[in-house]
Amino acid sequence: MSPRGYVLEESDLLPLSLGAALLGTGGGGNPYVGMLRARELLRKGASVEILPLEAVHDDDVIGSVGGIGAPVVSVEKIKQGQECLRALRGVEEAMNVRVSALISAEVGGSNSIEPILTAAYAGLPVVDGDGMGRAFPEIQMSTFFIYGLDPSPGAIADDKGNVVVFKKVVDMFWLERFARHIAVDMGAAAGFATAPMKGAYVKRVAVPGTLTQALEIGGTILDARARRHNVVERLLAKTGATLFFTGKVADVRRELRGGFAMGEAMLTGVGDHAGSQARVAIQNENLVLWVDGTPAVMVPDLIMNLELETGEPITTEMLRYGQQLAVIGIPAHDLIKTPEALKIVGPAAFGYPELTFAPLGAPSDVRASAEGC
Amino acid sequence: MMRIGIDVGGTNTDAVVMDGTKVLAGVKEATTPDVMSGVVSALKSVLAASGLKPEAIDVVMIGTTHFTNAVVQRRDLAQTAAVRLGLPATASLPPMVDWPEDLRSAIGNHAYLAHGGHEFDGRVISPLDEAELIGIAADIKAKGIRSVAVTSVFSPVNTEFEAQAGAIFEKALPGAHVTLSSDIGRIGLLERENAAVMNACLRDLSKLVIDAFRDALDACGVKARFFLTQNDGTLMDAAYAERFPVLTFASGPTNSIRGAAFLSGVAEAIVVDIGGTTSDVGALHKGFPRQATVAVEVGGVRTNFRMPDVFSFGLGGGSLVVDGPGGIKVGPTSVGYKLTKEALVFGGETLTTTDIVVAAGRAYLGDHKRVANLDKSLIVRTEAKIADMLETAVERSRLSPEPLPVIVVGGGSILVHDRIAGLEIVKPHHFAVANAVGAAIAQVSGEVDRVYSLTSLSRADAIGDAQQKATAVAVAAGARAETIEVVDVEDVPLAYLPGNATRVRVKVVGDLHVA
Repeated sequence: MSPRGYVLEESDLLPLSLGAALLGTGGGGNPYVGMLRARELLRKGASVEILPLEAVHDDDVIGSVGGIGAPVVSVEKIKQGQECLRALRGVEEAMNVRVSALISAEVGGSNSIEPILTAAYAGLPVVDGDGMGRAFPEIQMSTFFIYGLDPSPGAIADDKGNVVVFKKVVDMFWLERFARHIAVDMGAAAGFATAPMKGAYVKRVAVPGTLTQALEIGGTILDARARRHNVVERLLAKTGATLFFTGKVADVRRELRGGFAMGEAMLTGVGDHAGSQARVAIQNENLVLWVDGTPAVMVPDLIMNLELETGEPITTEMLRYGQQLAVIGIPAHDLIKTPEALKIVGPAAFGYPELTFAPLGAPSDVRASAEGC
Repeated sequence: MMRIGIDVGGTNTDAVVMDGTKVLAGVKEATTPDVMSGVVSALKSVLAASGLKPEAIDVVMIGTTHFTNAVVQRRDLAQTAAVRLGLPATASLPPMVDWPEDLRSAIGNHAYLAHGGHEFDGRVISPLDEAELIGIAADIKAKGIRSVAVTSVFSPVNTEFEAQAGAIFEKALPGAHVTLSSDIGRIGLLERENAAVMNACLRDLSKLVIDAFRDALDACGVKARFFLTQNDGTLMDAAYAERFPVLTFASGPTNSIRGAAFLSGVAEAIVVDIGGTTSDVGALHKGFPRQATVAVEVGGVRTNFRMPDVFSFGLGGGSLVVDGPGGIKVGPTSVGYKLTKEALVFGGETLTTTDIVVAAGRAYLGDHKRVANLDKSLIVRTEAKIADMLETAVERSRLSPEPLPVIVVGGGSILVHDRIAGLEIVKPHHFAVANAVGAAIAQVSGEVDRVYSLTSLSRADAIGDAQQKATAVAVAAGARAETIEVVDVEDVPLAYLPGNATRVRVKVVGDLHVA
């Protein structure tokens, strides 16, 4: 990879948003709106450089911004535009620093694009990497916080001009709690900035290359469609993902609780999986896939639903009765699977203490039987 | 019950008379620029062919691509003001931001952002500013615009601001057509707004077209109830259709796929509908068109309608054939409804796909002597090109390597005489008028969209209640109760409202009651 990085082109936005939607593992918000916003900014002359992680200097100051709220809201209450920029300015003022680049905390879904938008407004580059390698529903679930970033200060901004700075929070859970509460008060579509980080720290804990990974995944989907290849097969080949289930959505239950879309989807097997049933637990993202009652893939490994024929990533809010889906799994990055990380993003952290994380690529007996069906 | 199904396409107007499930007669006439005379002549011919008197007809169902084509071809569209209520939110993406430039220009690119809108939980984003809206109305008036689309953030949850703004515009702009987004679409601001703006820009045209249909029925002495078909293959009455022309989008492909299923008795197939200008290819699954799950674009504009997953390409019976340096080029330009004047076999000067098929001796139309001297290699190469175009389109719609049959319907079916992509071809009886049959067998729907408190009611009970109410609506609209099927269930929880409020939307369809 060139240490100089590359300038994002308008033609990159569609594959980037498509790949980011897939890495959203069902959540992370719809990147379509963010893609349009980025397109508007690029068309008005903005330019954003994507910097490889190794091009970051140890004493650089790296900011991280993203949207916070509910995915179902983000497609309806579209942003004023500079929510994240106002939040960034909030933490910069509180720490008396100016950031020299931005990084996404969450490459999955719309938060892959939010830092790009803020970078376009502020004239900053964006680092090629993120803090999750996927999407997670809460702020503390990024490698930035898992590996010890001081959660103070944080800032949240709305469409109306309100900016709330969290001057001192004793840990990242308080930051998440306060921010979530205020995000709901702000209409569940706010901009958020966490404490700027030293370049050396970002280089150590960020999941590298994930913006480019999203671009390449999106490019593969578009290329497979253009050549009328089987999109799911091409994706499996490109990403090393495993196909766990093909089925039809038989029911979707969901409710909005505390700003999160909680629920589950029931699938009835088709094709090679005819006669089998699958269940996907959702908290914004896909958390656990059970096939015939046996857990087959679980968080933090990536569980992705694709429309069987088109390979379109199906987010949890797009799930509808009758859709035919392929459910695929990809192993999470090693930084997400350490004992420290699993405390924050393992099955127990999502309310499944009975499940012991069995990573993809290291098959347990349970996994072997699940794969066999 | 005697019914007439009419399909008004860009090239042909087809009509069938059906007695229950039996097709008594089917005819195909050229679509005329004024729409009405083509419908009149199709009605007259089909009545004559069936031997029935106009008074014997109980109901008429019309499918039309007129409104889709107007948007696709950017013609007859009214200058339209797109007013969005939501500031300061939503400012990052103005109305019509994801539209193709030519369509946006065709309706004037009049986008207005105003205060208003609701939060997801029903709170107000900012209060409606009457003075601001009166100012916008004055600007709209000064520009001579008569169509307005109003879209407020979270209007599917609370319609109040759209209704208030609509009343302000109706008062300030007497005679203007105002479309409220909450009457058309669901949550998803840009897609709902797109549908509302497209609807608004079609309102002048919809009055003309619906009046033309009404006049055509009068002129033929048909005093029957009169419906238009919607994108999901169900019916809406004429007055409703005039207010919501956008709901007819994609009804053509839906009708031809449903008609193909009905005529062939096949439930799993690929359907190829070849018209005069374009061909539509879709998949038939359990007798219904396979729905697209991704956002469907109409004329390059993203909407959130539930539509059949149909691939259209420029091949039809009127497609121009040009032998150029790059080889044979077929379409997308077509002589369209002028086929019977401009094609060689009809005495014209333009080489079309129909001429090639006649020259190859595969169809008997017009005067075959006029194409007797066509170069043999031109005929062979054009037929190969057509076969190649069809194969590509059919392969795109196949879901699996399973050898499904291909049902070929539509007036341009004469272009097909051999297997497509190695698949067996079915050309059902009355194949040329399958879309009119699809219109005639269109069903009646009932929809309920309301908020339930789930404190004393379970989710299943709420959905069950909505289903019961939707069934009652469908039966009142003329559906036979025992044929009612649920086609769409959606429940969206409205968080942070007292009483665990959930919005439930249920749609059912049933067959039109046949006396």
